[in-house]
Amino acid sequence: MLALRAIAAPVQRQCWRAAPRAAVTLSLQNQRFYSQDRVAKFDGQKDAQGRYTVSLIEGDGIGPEIAVAVKDIFAAAKTPIAWEPINVDPILKDGKTAIPDDAIESIRKNKIALKGPLATPIGKGHVSLNLTLRRTFNLFANLRPCRSVAGYKTPYDNVDTVLIRENTEGEYSGIEHVVVDGVVQSIKLITREASERVLRFAFQHARTIGRKKVRVVHKATIMKMSDGLFLTVGNQVAKEFPDIEFDAELLDNTCLKMTTDPVPYNDKVLVMPNLYGDILSDMCAGLIGGLGLTPSGNIGDECSIFEAVHGSAPDIAGKGLANPTALLLSSLMMLRHMGLNEYAERIEKATFDTLAEGKALTGDLGGKAKTHEYAAAIIEKL
Amino acid sequence: MLSRNSTRAAQRLLRAASQPQQRLNAARTFASVSDAPSQTVQSDIFKPTKYGGKYTVTLIPGDGIGAEVAESVKTVFKADNVPITWEQIEVSGLQETPAGRTEEKFQEAVASLRRNKLGLKGILHTPIARSGHQSFNVALRQELDIYASVSLVKNIPGLKTRHDNIDLCIIRENTEGEYSGLEHQSVPGVVESLKIITRAKSERIAKFAFSFALANNRKKVTCIHKANIMKLADGLFRGTFQRLAKDYPQLECNDMIVDNASMQCVGRPQQFDVMVMPNLYGGILSNIAAALVGGPGVVPGCNMGRDVAVFEPGCRHVGLDIKGKDQANPTALLLSGTMLLRHLGLDDHANRISNAVYDVIAQGNVRTPDMGGQATNQEFTRAILESMEKAL
Repeated sequence: MLALRAIAAPVQRQCWRAAPRAAVTLSLQNQRFYSQDRVAKFDGQKDAQGRYTVSLIEGDGIGPEIAVAVKDIFAAAKTPIAWEPINVDPILKDGKTAIPDDAIESIRKNKIALKGPLATPIGKGHVSLNLTLRRTFNLFANLRPCRSVAGYKTPYDNVDTVLIRENTEGEYSGIEHVVVDGVVQSIKLITREASERVLRFAFQHARTIGRKKVRVVHKATIMKMSDGLFLTVGNQVAKEFPDIEFDAELLDNTCLKMTTDPVPYNDKVLVMPNLYGDILSDMCAGLIGGLGLTPSGNIGDECSIFEAVHGSAPDIAGKGLANPTALLLSSLMMLRHMGLNEYAERIEKATFDTLAEGKALTGDLGGKAKTHEYAAAIIEKL
Repeated sequence: MLSRNSTRAAQRLLRAASQPQQRLNAARTFASVSDAPSQTVQSDIFKPTKYGGKYTVTLIPGDGIGAEVAESVKTVFKADNVPITWEQIEVSGLQETPAGRTEEKFQEAVASLRRNKLGLKGILHTPIARSGHQSFNVALRQELDIYASVSLVKNIPGLKTRHDNIDLCIIRENTEGEYSGLEHQSVPGVVESLKIITRAKSERIAKFAFSFALANNRKKVTCIHKANIMKLADGLFRGTFQRLAKDYPQLECNDMIVDNASMQCVGRPQQFDVMVMPNLYGGILSNIAAALVGGPGVVPGCNMGRDVAVFEPGCRHVGLDIKGKDQANPTALLLSGTMLLRHLGLDDHANRISNAVYDVIAQGNVRTPDMGGQATNQEFTRAILESMEKAL
């Protein structure tokens, strides 16, 4: 181990010098090299009526119900959005799970999509559809803000965290093999290109939402090379953003401090590799009361997909009991991504007011309202 | 080899579990937070030798607050006339210490632990720099094959936090997984880091968890994994767990995906009992769980191996920021120390000390800053001594 590192060290040094060139020649899937351009800028086109078309994946279980709620609210707010429903039931292509071509075509054309929950069969050996979507469109960043909802009491108040997770590699690279029976190697892959891309997005996003601090969460004490690379790239990208304060924190400390008191994280954007992001973003959701209240956006260069990350809840499907808040908040993130900020703000205010008032809450928040009654209450506020 | 030994260890634990437990006696319920693996002392290989009526225990104070809290432990143990001689070794992971010397001290610590079979340890600092050494904490565990890390997370009576009624135990595989230390750069800018999961070690940790649960009257064991994404690696871990769970029909066994588990942990931590998981998830969840009950200063723990047991705080933080300020909370190391005493069968000493610690915290007048008080470490330690005296 020690010897190996000694040999690796000079190679490493060389690579820093050759870094910009290396990043270009080594980009595997995507030949783009990022400089100062805006990462993942939305450049969809309006149609003849001045509306943007959005691909809508309603999803399974409660998906169709909550999608209707969102559509109603959007219609009431006169949002310039036209929906294009698509079906993403997986098909097998050359023995691999894939998404139907017309669905891919639709998302490519519209450059933006809203997605309800999809049911993934566990342990059936087929890749989750979420993962397939991410891979197909190279959605490299997962954006997960969590904000306390007034009217729903949890042990934590005033939570307002923003977490960005690298979405394409890391521990979820999917590269695994059985070395001999009973011994498995799973590879965590960290590349300079993907790290740079997500880190730059993090800095740009911090500017967009007016936060002054970006913090990398890592475990470079143990994974000196992989997380070390992520951290080094972070330091380099930070130089391009002198207005944003940059620092790093060990994963253990982040877990500990966030759970003790999440408020100090309210002025920061956290960015991290895949697995840590996955765990911490769900942990943050736990702080504010669960996945039913947290929006999520998957950001890519080609297109972006905004989604509700909760399950499809087949047990209450079709009964009108589902809570559409997560999908609604995701759709608001989508509006902001498209630059339709005024609409997003109006709907957001109406939503949070309705939640704070607490008269028309769905069952999961301790209320008795049906999905459509909750939506109607929001529409009334508009 | 590995599995045979672990089978033996498990049987030992089982045998111990089926013996009548005096732990149910009321006086001890208060202290039950730290009466974890005392059963293992039944075996001969585990029983350290007594010289001149005293046990020799390796003490590694560690970096950061280590020296201060180790001093508290020594003071308290001495006041109770605990029959332990400390063999103190100043290993440090900080780079300021002269080069070469740290490695040497580390080897000395390993040798000492091999000899004494028992240790009390603070946390060693690990540098981030690539030129820095590998984590001594990890190296020590791998070298001595102390494979199971146990953190006991329980609300301390009187110490108010955001959550109540938490009583869970995190068992973490210590020697493989993400902390394998195997990394390489395939081409510049592309790094691969290997996570290793083996059936033998998964079996060993699962059996440890089941035996631990039985020996401590726990009802439920939850396996934490990410088998939906890492189908082979975590799949093997989960599969092994489920296969072995069939041999323990008296325990309720289930599994949970790690991201869901951390969400549940901050929302409804009361649902968990014993949790068993690979290395990295253990690091994450032990920190989340520790924060629920008051931070790393109050969570004891231990690392069990085949021959060696090292007791250290259950939530591993160096505490460099408050080093030398006399603000450290010695509770975690003290309670880890009482676990060590129970491991040796010195239950009377253990009870006296842990009761005194809980007593001081419950009274609430003297608390260190992390518990919301203003007392220094020394004042807190003195309060414990006074409480012990009063109890006599």
